[in-house]
Amino acid sequence: MVTPDKLRPDLALIAEQINEGERLLDVGCGNGELLHWLTHNKKVDGRGIELGQSGVNVCVAKGLFVIQGDAEKDLSDYPDNSFDVVVLSKTLQATHRPREVLHALLRVGKRAIVSIPNFGYWRVRYKLLATGKMPVTRSLHSTWYDTSNIHFCTILDLAELIEAEGLQIREFIPNNSLGEPLDCSLKRANWRANQALFVIENKS
Amino acid sequence: MTSTPGKHSPSHTFDENTPLQLDCGAVLSPFTVAYETYGVLNEDKNNAILVCHALTGDQYCASDHPITGKPGWWSRIIGSGKLIDTDRYFVIATNTLGSCLGTTGPKDINPETGKPWGVTFPVITIADMVRAQKHFIDHLGIKQLFSVIGGSMGGMQALEWMASYPECLFSAIPIATAARHTAQNIAFHEVGRQAIMADPNWCEGRYLEEETFPKKGLSVARMAAHITYVSEDSLTKKFDRGLQNRDEVTFGFDADFQVESYLRHQGASFVDRFDANSYLYITRAMDYLDLPKRGNGRLANVFKGAKHVRCCLFSFTTDWLYPTAENKRIVHALNAAGARVSFAEIESPYGHDAFLLEEPEMDRLLDGFISAAADERGI
Repeated sequence: MVTPDKLRPDLALIAEQINEGERLLDVGCGNGELLHWLTHNKKVDGRGIELGQSGVNVCVAKGLFVIQGDAEKDLSDYPDNSFDVVVLSKTLQATHRPREVLHALLRVGKRAIVSIPNFGYWRVRYKLLATGKMPVTRSLHSTWYDTSNIHFCTILDLAELIEAEGLQIREFIPNNSLGEPLDCSLKRANWRANQALFVIENKS
Repeated sequence: MTSTPGKHSPSHTFDENTPLQLDCGAVLSPFTVAYETYGVLNEDKNNAILVCHALTGDQYCASDHPITGKPGWWSRIIGSGKLIDTDRYFVIATNTLGSCLGTTGPKDINPETGKPWGVTFPVITIADMVRAQKHFIDHLGIKQLFSVIGGSMGGMQALEWMASYPECLFSAIPIATAARHTAQNIAFHEVGRQAIMADPNWCEGRYLEEETFPKKGLSVARMAAHITYVSEDSLTKKFDRGLQNRDEVTFGFDADFQVESYLRHQGASFVDRFDANSYLYITRAMDYLDLPKRGNGRLANVFKGAKHVRCCLFSFTTDWLYPTAENKRIVHALNAAGARVSFAEIESPYGHDAFLLEEPEMDRLLDGFISAAADERGI
């Protein structure tokens, strides 16, 4: 397996979950760092969706194929099973209907890689407990009135939703604020992990 | 300042061995294609970009207009060292079928009668225009265009290329366009056509034989259309309720307002360079465009052969003629067809005409897309 050493650590974790030559959709692809890397190192047939014009421009200039749009409006226009894998990195908590988005991801893709900031992380809990105010931490750096994260959840919350929706977790990789994987169970990860990555599939 | 008119384009006439089959059933033969080219076709003949013009545009995209003397409509973009660099690419622009600057159209002589075609010219479609372009590309010995690019009706032609001759394309850039005309699009065109036909000088389309010209009608058609090319905001910014060389309204029907004077000028200068019947024919061709219908109601079906074509589309926020929704419809269809497509909605106050104006975001997107595609193509 190619080691994704040049990628940002959190993106490298995602890249490890993707196989050579897969059809991939990166929802919220930003400047296309992951897409670009995967196109060149794993020969994926990649597409992206990005909300910001500047991100789209950067991606197009890199020779990537990216559409300006958002996860909630624009996924519905892709046919079923258009992709082997769909990536949604740290965006689920910013959507209006996370449950519908999960299903949309698994309609257009065979599997989905979803990463979230963990609101159950002990530092977050401690901030809330100690200050009695909405936590502002290094990875949750916006104030409550300014944040785009309107549907915060913990690792256990997302795991529960996945189960309740009849989906299954194929891989679960909790990680620290540097994006380094932690080796622990869901329950322990729920307070130890700053963020987590889920590989989700429909139950066959 | 007076401007010196540019040179008239060269043209190529296709004889009876290359007839032009039209959608209406008629066959046009012989027919002529007038064109401009810039740059040099490389040995592999893989660096050609076909630039398709809009309704009232022409092949003079990067050279001075032969009648008005004005610089080409995309001379900002096309040229040596420019965004579409003619040191790297071979740029081809043809006058579209049915138009009036050298390519066969209603103002030409019908060889069978020896008189100008007028409204006896067969009704043409966007597909017919592209068929004529295809003949011309074949004539140049080009098997695959590096790209086809165009805004508005030019974008429709780019879409038509993707639907009809996808194998002849490496990439395509349809800008601010639509895959079908909406009722509102048709409605505005109908106003223009009725204005022309209501002009007594139109003479049922025989004005050339009568040695007259429906200036008034064509000018009104242009005025109405021009409103659809700009945004409410840009008109307000430019004119608001400003008065034309006067301090008070005159309680008459003179051009009191600056916007009236501006539109009258747009109309009056247009009639010097455009043929009234061409206006009828080309607007009709656009109205008839309905690519989704050709795909049995599913636009994606017409792009089945275009999977390999690298596409870049964009729309403008204030374009209400071919708004973002219409452009996105195309993007979604291309996605559904499995094509590789990029899309952005560009923030601009200028409405539909934004693609002809200076828009830095558009330039960045175009530059990025074209350079990346050229690297991929190895040119």
